[in-house]
Amino acid sequence: MTGHDHDHHHDHDHSELSETELRVRALETILTEKGYVDPAALDLLIETYETKVGPRNGARVVARAWADSGYRDRLLKDATPAISELGYAGRQGEHIVALENTPHLHNMVVCTLCSCYPWPVLGLPPVWYKSAPYRSKAVKDPRGVLADFGFELPEGTNIRVWDSTAEIRYLVLPMRPSGTDGWSEERLADLVTRDSMIGTGLPKQPHEIA
Amino acid sequence: MDGAHDMGGVPWSGPVQPEPNEPMFHAEWERRAFAITLAMAMPGGWNIDMSRFAREDRPPGDYLSKSYYQIWLAGLERLMLERKLIASDEIEAGKPLHPTKPVAKTLTPDGVASMLHRGGPTEREATSPALFTVGDRVRARTIHPLTHTRLPRYVRGHIGTIEMLHGVHVFPDSNSLGQENPQWLYTVSFDGRELWGPDGDASVKISVDAWESYLERV
Repeated sequence: MTGHDHDHHHDHDHSELSETELRVRALETILTEKGYVDPAALDLLIETYETKVGPRNGARVVARAWADSGYRDRLLKDATPAISELGYAGRQGEHIVALENTPHLHNMVVCTLCSCYPWPVLGLPPVWYKSAPYRSKAVKDPRGVLADFGFELPEGTNIRVWDSTAEIRYLVLPMRPSGTDGWSEERLADLVTRDSMIGTGLPKQPHEIA
Repeated sequence: MDGAHDMGGVPWSGPVQPEPNEPMFHAEWERRAFAITLAMAMPGGWNIDMSRFAREDRPPGDYLSKSYYQIWLAGLERLMLERKLIASDEIEAGKPLHPTKPVAKTLTPDGVASMLHRGGPTEREATSPALFTVGDRVRARTIHPLTHTRLPRYVRGHIGTIEMLHGVHVFPDSNSLGQENPQWLYTVSFDGRELWGPDGDASVKISVDAWESYLERV
């Protein structure tokens, strides 16, 4: 998107308030005046998810698992405490299971009923994850979903789709790209994309982050 | 309930459309709707299954025409109206018109980090042994409750295999009505062709997490 387009959207949003925008403003006013919400607490919630909690957390978990086989084993055995070792825990990640991709098995995570997603490690879900196309297609035609994302798996790779219907949250542990021997965790984390931890993408290759 | 939210396998949805460099929120009102929803659960006293039911329990046309955070907003309004925390005329007027109903607690800025860190664990102590074990063949029951359920339609009546036990967890079908009634929770996997017939992909397995009462032995 160019700067011009961005400015245009910005102006548009502020000059023509939608019915929804007006309704949310009205609600916040009412709830604040009644003492049910504190706008400073709302600001802090937004700031937390816009700046602190996001897929960089999950990338650090994956990089640690790639670099440290003891950590990888703990992660695959019981992910919640292993992830908590790095300081990530809590809401929408109370019970996490890590799923290891192999040359023969590719894992993909969906929530067909709503939008369940491991917030402490991936942040809030993107729009496509919450959309009808992904929620409907992931369980019936996962290879078609991967095609929508622009890639296909090698012949002979089985797919396992995990529908998050309870409070168990799933994190895909993608395969470590080759050509990364001896890399630091920090550098490995730069290869880990959000989509590779959902199962709709692959990690970057070393040449992509040169 | 059988609603438009239960989307697994529906044929009308088209391709997935990823958005490059997607922002966390697409408008200021989404930020505020998200935060108000999280903050209001404390004074409101509802649980996650009550929230989910308030979002999904609406006519398909309404559910499908609303954006994600518009659905959150509609669910939140419903929960607050039901508990008389706000009234419709107040939303229309954009200001309080009626006496404030006392609430037990509210979310303060210094309570945010601990509230998020605590989350809402759903595991409870087991009081009975699990009925099923890894490897057991089970059928997902054919049920169509009018109230909240987390058993998606596309697995009902189909045979799968118990693959994991997750301990005993709060049962959403009753929790949405105010009763935890915890049950054993399992991951049950199904072959693609069991779910989708000869057109299904034999190299695909699909799992759901299912509470014990959703399952019967075969």
